[in-house]
Amino acid sequence: MKLPDKTTPMAQAIATIKDGDTVMIGGFGVPGTPMTLIHALVAHGARGLTVIKNDANEPGMGVDHLLQSGQVRRLITTHLGLNANAMALMNAGQIEVEFNAQGILAERIRAGGAGIGAVLSDVGIGTELEHGKQVVQLDGRPHLVQTALRADVALLHADCADGFGNLTYRATARNFNPVMAMAAQRVVVETETLVALGQIAPDAVHTPGVFVDCVVPLETLTKEYAVVER
Amino acid sequence: MSSARDRLLARAAREIVPGMVVNLGIGLPTQVLAHVPAGIAACLHTENGMAGIGPALPPSQADRNLIDAGGAYVSTLPGSAFFDSVTSFAMVRAGRIDLTMLGAFEVAANGDLANWKIPGKFSPGMGGGIELAQKARRVVVISTHTDRAGNPKLKSACTLPLTAAGCVARIFTDMAVVDVGPRGFELVELAEGRSLAEVADATGAPLHVPDHPIATF
Repeated sequence: MKLPDKTTPMAQAIATIKDGDTVMIGGFGVPGTPMTLIHALVAHGARGLTVIKNDANEPGMGVDHLLQSGQVRRLITTHLGLNANAMALMNAGQIEVEFNAQGILAERIRAGGAGIGAVLSDVGIGTELEHGKQVVQLDGRPHLVQTALRADVALLHADCADGFGNLTYRATARNFNPVMAMAAQRVVVETETLVALGQIAPDAVHTPGVFVDCVVPLETLTKEYAVVER
Repeated sequence: MSSARDRLLARAAREIVPGMVVNLGIGLPTQVLAHVPAGIAACLHTENGMAGIGPALPPSQADRNLIDAGGAYVSTLPGSAFFDSVTSFAMVRAGRIDLTMLGAFEVAANGDLANWKIPGKFSPGMGGGIELAQKARRVVVISTHTDRAGNPKLKSACTLPLTAAGCVARIFTDMAVVDVGPRGFELVELAEGRSLAEVADATGAPLHVPDHPIATF
């Protein structure tokens, strides 16, 4: 037996994204953000998207392109502090922003990926995060019902992939990529390096290829991936 | 002012003692890294997925995949580990973070912290701040004593949306070190060149002063 090959041309990999879809995008700052897939989604043009991403990158980088192109209706995130453009769009009412505590965002996605309807947590009790959420008493203490998140598509960035979609990440580029890989109907991964089956040792796999639908090898790394000079 | 800031950062760095796991929040707190003694046996955690942060690196020496939560380029140490966001916040919520240093818009005399939302104006979001403020074993704030308009950040009550209630144990500012105690704000140390009257005037709630001599930093 031989494991199937999922390498896919970029345009074909994202062609199924349609208006109104929910899209998870990996990354925390530059590391792990699929810059090239984001540009492909801008070119593809789907609108009215709900984007789930830890942060809004910085002006002119990463998910900021999708915000500026007007394709995003709603952003589910944890932090916009490094992107004044995103904050301006939010303040002007041009995008709806739902802030989540960062680890709770991760757990909501994990629940979606693990087939669990919601998680209970006391994080955010006594804050605005209570608004609109069901409160459950557990061991005599209030907990918020944090509902699971799933997406139509996840766009991820790997350092190394094989054709089956087994993935490894580099350093702090791992972040939300592994958990988002579990929580979308269709998982599209751009990879800096594509290796033959067997070249990633089974013990070294970070994300098993079972979760992955499309592997898109990157031909070049644009300057958006480079060290940011501040 | 920069030397006052350096003294503040150096003073805050002394809060880190051997054996601790420490998370430094975005802003002034991450700048504490440069002031942590190189030989200390402690572990710095960053919520984007690393334990064992080494020295910050200039862009010319940086690894593009290795940043702290504020986007600064950092390095590894022997024994460093990388992990995903789920694991990173399991560490936080499970109480594995001994100390976190966070920035602040407002701190109240009862230890309430507001640092993520100024409605309609500047709302960066909480990032990992809510979980760190709520779950770290000790929460300290590093901040300017007043905002840019000169208004006190230390207040009798927060007016902005809370990050967490009653979480702050100590505040390091450019003017003073202040503890949050049962009576409210308690002066611990004064910054060099600052008078007691000046600090009390810049504090928006009663500042309790000990009856022993006050050290400076």
